[in-house]
Amino acid sequence: MIVAESPILALEQCTVRFGGLTAVSELDLQIGGHELLGLIGPNGAGKTTVFNLITGVYPPAAGRVRFRGHPIHGLPPHAIAARGIARTFQNIRLFKSLSVFDNVRAAFHPPLFQGMASAWWRGREFYAEDARVSAQVREVLGLFELDKLAGTLAGELSYGDQRRLEIVRALATRPQLLLLDEPAAGMNPAEKARLMKWIQFIKDKHQTAVLLVDHDMQVIMGICERIVVLDYGVKIAEGTPAEVRRHPRVIEAYLGEDHVGD
Amino acid sequence: MKIGPKSGLALALAAAVGGSFLTPRLDAYFLNILIDVGVNIILAVSLNLINGYAGQFSLGHAGFMAVGAYTAAGLSTLVSANLLARFHGFEHSCWAFGCFLLALLAGGLLAALTGFLVGAPSLRLKGDYLAIVTLGFGEIIRVLLQNFESLGGARGLSGIPPWATFGWVYGWVAIVIFTVLALVHSTSGRGFLAVRDDEIAAQAVGINTTQYKVSAFVIGAFFAGIAGGLYAHSKQFISPEGFGFMKSVEIVVMVILGGMGNTAGVILAAVVLTLLPEVLRPVAAYRMILYSLLLIVMMLTCPRGLFTALGERAKGWLARPKNGGPP
Ligand SMILES: Nc1ncnc2c1ncn2[C@@H]1O[C@H](COP(=O)(O)OP(=O)(O)OP(=O)(O)O)[C@@H](O)[C@H]1O
Ligand SMILES: [Mg+2]
Repeated sequence: MIVAESPILALEQCTVRFGGLTAVSELDLQIGGHELLGLIGPNGAGKTTVFNLITGVYPPAAGRVRFRGHPIHGLPPHAIAARGIARTFQNIRLFKSLSVFDNVRAAFHPPLFQGMASAWWRGREFYAEDARVSAQVREVLGLFELDKLAGTLAGELSYGDQRRLEIVRALATRPQLLLLDEPAAGMNPAEKARLMKWIQFIKDKHQTAVLLVDHDMQVIMGICERIVVLDYGVKIAEGTPAEVRRHPRVIEAYLGEDHVGD
Repeated sequence: MKIGPKSGLALALAAAVGGSFLTPRLDAYFLNILIDVGVNIILAVSLNLINGYAGQFSLGHAGFMAVGAYTAAGLSTLVSANLLARFHGFEHSCWAFGCFLLALLAGGLLAALTGFLVGAPSLRLKGDYLAIVTLGFGEIIRVLLQNFESLGGARGLSGIPPWATFGWVYGWVAIVIFTVLALVHSTSGRGFLAVRDDEIAAQAVGINTTQYKVSAFVIGAFFAGIAGGLYAHSKQFISPEGFGFMKSVEIVVMVILGGMGNTAGVILAAVVLTLLPEVLRPVAAYRMILYSLLLIVMMLTCPRGLFTALGERAKGWLARPKNGGPP
């Protein structure tokens, strides 16, 4: 195993079933605290299901999920998010009728009752807090060059900008682990290059572990330190990009599709 | 000079109380309509928090109104029947003021509690369950009240003291508008809209969507209860028939016509739809047909609300937009 430090996330023998279909089967997976791990596999391999498993959308039929040593399977999604796991969605999910600014602001929501009481009372501390949150929202937007679009409705953004906003919103929750589900889908080469730069930046500057799913091998092979390959819900290979690329079962699984890498 | 929201509320409350001193000069019929308008504004603005901002389709607002109306009216008739006889001038003392406030709050709180009991289980479920559950809830309340003889049963409850003056009603109008706007224009209040737009994404940023939905529902039910109490103390008579399904539909139409999640539009819709039957007396009998037609036409032509659409067009005329939509 390449993971030297204790893993931030560990899936232990996890299985997810949909009726008769086993989408993820007895999967073991570990991510290091500062690791950028790639997760690849053909269509329907179970990659998105792994994300949904980790984030509590589907509980595992069997197995355990540990985050920073504590079991998190069975917790509702909002509680898992609050513990420090953020994600983006393969089929973009933004708050479409809200502005770019408000989409990111949602990540800074205070505890509900405290927040509502303060909003109703509108004392000095409400305005102070409001100003503090606004400054933080503008800062993250600025990092990802979205500050000029702050007032635009999320639903009116271009496809690439929507993908970017989703990443920014996830990052605004200050996660320790960020799950990105096909962030490069639908991006042109220039946008992809910028995306790769940003993912590196997130990992290095924000000290965030990243689990990256994508079909774009240039992106995956270009930035991931380690790659896990799924096929029919089963892990068939694991290793460095060079190792995975040569792995016979990977080549077999991808046969008929484009060849892996280059 | 810019007026802060709290000063705005203070000014509005002062205006409502000040207006109270002028209303004795008004024609009783006209005053009655003004009060109906106020009660409907409270109902529509509070339902808009649930249906418009939080995106949960409730069809039981009249049920919460009934809970508030019967609670407040039951308490105040009890108190005034006992005290009025003993203390001379009770009606005009500050005791009456305090009693009314407590009765109203009791009605609002009981409605809120009912809202919690109805909402907590059903708001966990997705989609249209809430509409069905709240519809059933409203009917259950109505049938229960019909059989509740100590509260007048099907004949209704009469002899309610006429305490709901212009000042009371419009004071509460100011409070409900302030509350909804203050909540929605805050970081936590934006969570209501986030939940409406995409529940799964909201959960993914750590928002407890059930808690948000139940909160919107409970706050909305509270104000519906207050509106019920005010209604009871202006009409001096209430009966279960006044809080049926049709009343709920009427409030929903106000919200949809005004534009879901557009408080100004919803207020305007409440005013127009309350005045319309008064202005067009012959049409009043066909009110429900008119509402149904209105709903269908609205859903087909401008699902975001007639007044929202008109408002945007007006803005466009006033200031030729540079580019993009509203912030
Ligand atoms: N909610 C669901 N109900 C039933 N079956 C599902 C559900 N979600 C996923 N599946 C099935 O589980 C399998 C794995 O799907 P998943 O979306 O995880 O694949 P994926 O690796 O993300 O594929 P892609 O590359 O196309 O995104 C597929 O066969 C899919 O049809
Ligand atoms: Mg997928």
